[in-house]
Amino acid sequence: MEFILAILIGIFYASGLYMMLRRSLVKLIIGLILIGNGANLLIFLLGRITKGLPPIIPGESPVFLKAYADPIPQALILTAIVISFGLQSFAIVLVKRAYSVVKTDDLDQMNSTDQFS
Amino acid sequence: MLAAILLGFLFSGLLVFTGKFLKGRWAVLSASIPFVLFVYFAQFIGRVSSGEIISQHIVWVPSMGIDLRFVLDGISLIFSLMITGIGFLVFLYTSAYLKNHEYLDRFYGYLGIFMGAMLGIVLSDNVLSLFIFWELTSISSFFLIGFKNKEESSRKSAVLALAITGFGGLFLLAGALILGSVAGTFTISEMLSSKELIANSPHYIIIVAFIFIAAFTKSAQFPFHFWLPGAMKAPTPVSTYLHSATMVKAGVYLLLRFTPVLGSTEFWNSTLIIVGSITMLYAAMHTLFRTDLKGILAYSTISALGILVFLIGLGTKEALLAACVFILVHALYKATLFLVTGIIDHETGSRDITMLSGLRKVLFPVAIAGFLAAISFAGIPPSFGFLGKELIYESTLHYGNSAILITALAIITNILLLYSGFLVGIKPFTGKLPERFSKVHMPSFLMWIPPLILAILCILFGIFPSIIQESLIQPAVTSLGENGGEVHLKLWHGFNTILALSAITIGIGVLLYFLIKPNKKVETAIKKLEFISPKTMTEKFGNGFYYFSTLWTNYFQNGYLRHYVSTIILFLVGVMGYTLLNNTRYRLVYSSFTALTIYEVITFVIMIAGILYTVFTKSRLAAVAALGIVGLTISLIFVYYSAPDLAMTQFSIDTLTVILFVLVLYRLPKYLNLSDIKTRIKDGVLSIAFGGLISILALEVLAEPQGSEISEFYAENAYLLAKGKNVVNVILVDFRGIDTFMEITVLTIAAIGVFALLKLRMTAKERITTGIKK
Amino acid sequence: MKTIILKTASNYLLPLLMLFSFFILLRGHYLPGGGFVGGLIAAIAFVLHAFANGLENTKHLIRIHPGFLMPVGLALAFTSGLAPIFYAGLPFMTGIWFPEPLSVIGMVGSALFFDIGVYLVVIGVSLTIIFTITESA
Repeated sequence: MEFILAILIGIFYASGLYMMLRRSLVKLIIGLILIGNGANLLIFLLGRITKGLPPIIPGESPVFLKAYADPIPQALILTAIVISFGLQSFAIVLVKRAYSVVKTDDLDQMNSTDQFS
Repeated sequence: MLAAILLGFLFSGLLVFTGKFLKGRWAVLSASIPFVLFVYFAQFIGRVSSGEIISQHIVWVPSMGIDLRFVLDGISLIFSLMITGIGFLVFLYTSAYLKNHEYLDRFYGYLGIFMGAMLGIVLSDNVLSLFIFWELTSISSFFLIGFKNKEESSRKSAVLALAITGFGGLFLLAGALILGSVAGTFTISEMLSSKELIANSPHYIIIVAFIFIAAFTKSAQFPFHFWLPGAMKAPTPVSTYLHSATMVKAGVYLLLRFTPVLGSTEFWNSTLIIVGSITMLYAAMHTLFRTDLKGILAYSTISALGILVFLIGLGTKEALLAACVFILVHALYKATLFLVTGIIDHETGSRDITMLSGLRKVLFPVAIAGFLAAISFAGIPPSFGFLGKELIYESTLHYGNSAILITALAIITNILLLYSGFLVGIKPFTGKLPERFSKVHMPSFLMWIPPLILAILCILFGIFPSIIQESLIQPAVTSLGENGGEVHLKLWHGFNTILALSAITIGIGVLLYFLIKPNKKVETAIKKLEFISPKTMTEKFGNGFYYFSTLWTNYFQNGYLRHYVSTIILFLVGVMGYTLLNNTRYRLVYSSFTALTIYEVITFVIMIAGILYTVFTKSRLAAVAALGIVGLTISLIFVYYSAPDLAMTQFSIDTLTVILFVLVLYRLPKYLNLSDIKTRIKDGVLSIAFGGLISILALEVLAEPQGSEISEFYAENAYLLAKGKNVVNVILVDFRGIDTFMEITVLTIAAIGVFALLKLRMTAKERITTGIKK
Repeated sequence: MKTIILKTASNYLLPLLMLFSFFILLRGHYLPGGGFVGGLIAAIAFVLHAFANGLENTKHLIRIHPGFLMPVGLALAFTSGLAPIFYAGLPFMTGIWFPEPLSVIGMVGSALFFDIGVYLVVIGVSLTIIFTITESA
């Protein structure tokens, strides 16, 4: 149901953003994952959803005989899911390293490297 | 010709590998590059002087009208010969001047690039490639001026020069683009035919103004002149090369090159005359107050450039002839004097004019070079300078109504220049030799021969002007669009007004030289006035801008990640919300939606519960578990809506992510309760607004019709062309295979990054060398 | 996490999951599956084994560092793109096939080798990340 999915995507974005605005490092990453999932679903929804018609050519036929789900958003999201795994693991490890160097989980205490003077 | 231009760049590129070899005693060999180029260009003298224009055309970016088009006509030839000829002498000189310098190879590298770029400017027939070479000179001169990069003043001067010339370069690009679109071509020689069209175009003023700004910044015209004295911080060979024959003359060249295309209009002429005369007088006055040899030379260079701009502004045939001659005159004597100054500096360690005297006793050949150059500088017969000055007076005297005024300006400038020429070329060598300089000895012949050659040319061309009359000057004047009549250069014109004016100039100038003694007091006094000079203004503006940007940056780049995020999102919500609220039609076509089943409802409920639990739980582990459940429900959604591949991938990734989190999480501290209720409400409101906007956006897009030609293509051809039936997989590994290849590359990079972050540590030694303290 | 049940099960699960991942990889061109999913399943199989038997044992089992799979996979994928240039003089990444289809797999062509490259890279990346983190945790 498109309407509910659209609302759901909104919830993903809202909760992801809320988590990113926290000061805790772990929450930041959880927020990142939530927004990533929301983005995947958004692309999926905007490519129009179809039930029970996967983009796989059936049987012996060389072409589609009836309607099929749009394959392009699926291909896009498939790569996005895998890439986001790479991103997440990198972010998680970065957080871990940052924590072991700065000894704080509080993002506000990590700003000294970024300040311009 | 392309090869000639590229040779300089090639030489610099090779130095990266062979620098060590060249740094030692073979440094002098590098001078063979400009020498070969000089010979190469010299062989064209015959053909060019017989009126031929040699051109070469190489297609580069045809779709954008950029092609490499090189033209060698009279004016290009003069410049090319100056660039390579003086370049040759400078290369020779450098090998002794910077002997055993740590970075001699680097220096030659910059010089090579600079020479190549200069040749590119004077040979380009396409305004866009001209612009590219123009910028290359700015950049390479930045490195040359800042060569002594351990001194702060040197770095500052280099940045200032780059800022000013780069600023002008942008205007050149803008001007060139407008000019190209008005003329319909970017080729300069083709623009000649649409001269009328350009002059009558409404953009004419803008084009000319932009090109003027470019030329004035490069050629150090008032009020952009101030980078030039600062650029004297560079080693002397650089000053010689940049300020006598090349860099600063690029602006003059630009004006000359565009004279046939854009010239002879009121705006063109009067602007150049006004700016040129202000510059020549202002800078000539300044030479009176300087005590540093290079400072005097710097201001006299600015003044000479002012004269050139002024002559181009006059625009008559006589004036252009005078300009062509004076370019050569100035290049010769100025290069000589810079080299002489370099020797004095090198041998005595001082450039202070009040201290130096009597050096002829120890540096006799250098003294001869200085003396001859000073004669030419001052315009005393029989030097080449005298000839140049006569031509200047001739052109000012014949310039219509205001002849008397502009002649007077020229005379005052020349008197002052004569004074400064004597100061630099004669003063250090006359008088008594101070005790402290008695041990000074002659430098290597590589250093004193080059200025001597140039100085002899200063006189030779004066006595026998016929050497260059037919071969260089005549074709140059012709290439500027002045075809009428022969050019006659001669030393002796008989007793006439011009001679009288010359006599006045010389008389007063020499008198001035004996009356005014340079001293520090005047220099300090004039420095007090600097607070109103353009340089100070620019610096103040720069400091103000710096201060402002610091404030701005510290406000926005405050190091708090969530401030960045919320600023960006707030802006986005504002802009997107405004647009959406104005244009949304809220069309919900329920009939087009897919039907809702009980499975979906259950999945949605679990998903929402999972998200909310993830957000609000106080336990990290619970949050991760909830996140895992959310991921699984997403994979269910993919199952429902015909995306089996996605479902499988999402499922596997979800598993791995949860494992990853659990592995790392235990090393991280527990959640902290860091923010108060107020911040949370604020963030919550922003988040909900953002999420709501995304939902509205999604619904709006859904209400629009969807175009799917690409999908149809892929679906129809998946089996026919790619012999696969799973269209998603066919897209990934076949149709868009290169994208997938890039993607797995990115994944590899991420994995290497993770590995590096966790496994690699700096050793204690590396810590010390990089200066990072534990 | 050293329970006997998991340990025993994982010993049987590893070959089964590996087989399954191959199956998923090879059928990808015709039915849901492919290099990405196959690679992830194989990675999960090894991670499971590592959980049950300890990382050292799993590493011993694989023998090579999983990181080596990344360049190997990239090279394979790239070579499969180059193949049409050398064999048929076609542009980079044009699909070429053996004339006869194989049973189960179907048509074998450059795309399949590309997919195998993806498979190897995905295994390499996932295992490198997870092993590295486990070791330094």
